[in-house]
Amino acid sequence: MTATRAIEDFVDPIWRNNPTFVQMLGMCPTMAVTNTVINGFSMGVTTTFVLVGSAFFVSLFRKSVPNEVRITTSILVIAAFTSLADMFVAALAPTIYKALGAFIALIVANCVLLGRMEAFAQKRPVGRSVLDSLGTGIGFTLGLSCVSAVREILGNGTFAGIHLFGPHFQPMLIFMLPPGGFLALGFWLLFLSYLKARKKGHRRVRLWPVVVTRRKVAA
Amino acid sequence: MSVPGGHAPKSASLSTEMAADAPPPPDVRPSRLILILCSFGAACGLALALAFEWTQPRIDAHQAMLTEAAVREVLRGPDHFTPLYVSGGTLTATAPAGADPAKLDRVFVGYDQSGKAIGFAIPASGPGFQDNLKLIFGYDPATEQLIGMKLVDQRETPGIGDRIEKDLAFVQEFAGPRAPIEGVKAGRGQGNAHAVDMITGATISSRAVIAIINKRVQALAPALQNYTQQQGGAR
Repeated sequence: MTATRAIEDFVDPIWRNNPTFVQMLGMCPTMAVTNTVINGFSMGVTTTFVLVGSAFFVSLFRKSVPNEVRITTSILVIAAFTSLADMFVAALAPTIYKALGAFIALIVANCVLLGRMEAFAQKRPVGRSVLDSLGTGIGFTLGLSCVSAVREILGNGTFAGIHLFGPHFQPMLIFMLPPGGFLALGFWLLFLSYLKARKKGHRRVRLWPVVVTRRKVAA
Repeated sequence: MSVPGGHAPKSASLSTEMAADAPPPPDVRPSRLILILCSFGAACGLALALAFEWTQPRIDAHQAMLTEAAVREVLRGPDHFTPLYVSGGTLTATAPAGADPAKLDRVFVGYDQSGKAIGFAIPASGPGFQDNLKLIFGYDPATEQLIGMKLVDQRETPGIGDRIEKDLAFVQEFAGPRAPIEGVKAGRGQGNAHAVDMITGATISSRAVIAIINKRVQALAPALQNYTQQQGGAR
């Protein structure tokens, strides 16, 4: 593992290694709770809380936990933080709790969590691990917010509950339904690969056939 | 079984090879693993117990507030209301001894300013399109009419089934019809005192609401009648 600077640990997962768009982790909440921006954002924030809390403790005790029970203790800590998050959201934000429903409890199965614990918090000091988790959490929140913004605007004509269009707007209901999650994520991935291709210098690349053209030309 | 002498060294070397390939024996004693897991478990358990102590009163208070708001809505603003407990087909003002009041089947009787009972707010639940629906409805046993209906918890399809909660025209349909209610296509219910206009496109969810209410009214009607007569006789 190459040495990284603290700022890189924090910034890298926000954009260049975004958990949703680049690492493609945590797809379950990305599909399930991104029907409104508030839901997507709240899910991201709750996941960030679990990430940072678990990374802190996993990293703090990394030297006293033997390899044999490494994953078991990680999962134990993640599960405890997920349950804490579940109770806190229920007590402090009941409306959001009602909308997110069972998906808060399912944070425990989110692969972003165990991924960060295994790949980072197990090996690095506490401060770095917290920075990395915070960055990952922000990146995840950003990903969920982007997907949910597309879904809410097209599927309901609102952004965070604010009506954007006039009364004659006909919402594209499919974006509110489960397939909308796949579509919105797919469009985002397409758009981001287009940006990436443009950045690499493929000037003539067009958005629509970005996946099939200009791939091996430079090589 | 006798083993030829010539084979013994070979099998010995084989076993040493295997031992070399096998992972080294764990240098951690099992007792330490158990101790570590137990202490992690205990610490997590303690944290959860403390969090539960802190959050549960808030969650309960919010639930009670939601119930009160729902009761007020479906009884069209009663002056006050009191809970009644359903046990063994009768309604009692006090919970049976030894039972947890929060877990018992409850209905709420609402009164107007003069202290006259105006109807019952009855919580009910049953299967919807995706998950169980929880609702509460107002019912007046004297006229057998519904007073109002409010969804308390539903997970119907956003934009389709969830109109049973969000479509105010549909919710308004539950003010006035006589039980047992009957779902009809929108506009076909003129002159039918039992008719409730269903939502086009959300037939299953609409039907579920109607079925839940009918079932509950049927089950509770004798108890409600008895209670009303008793109260009337006492007065």
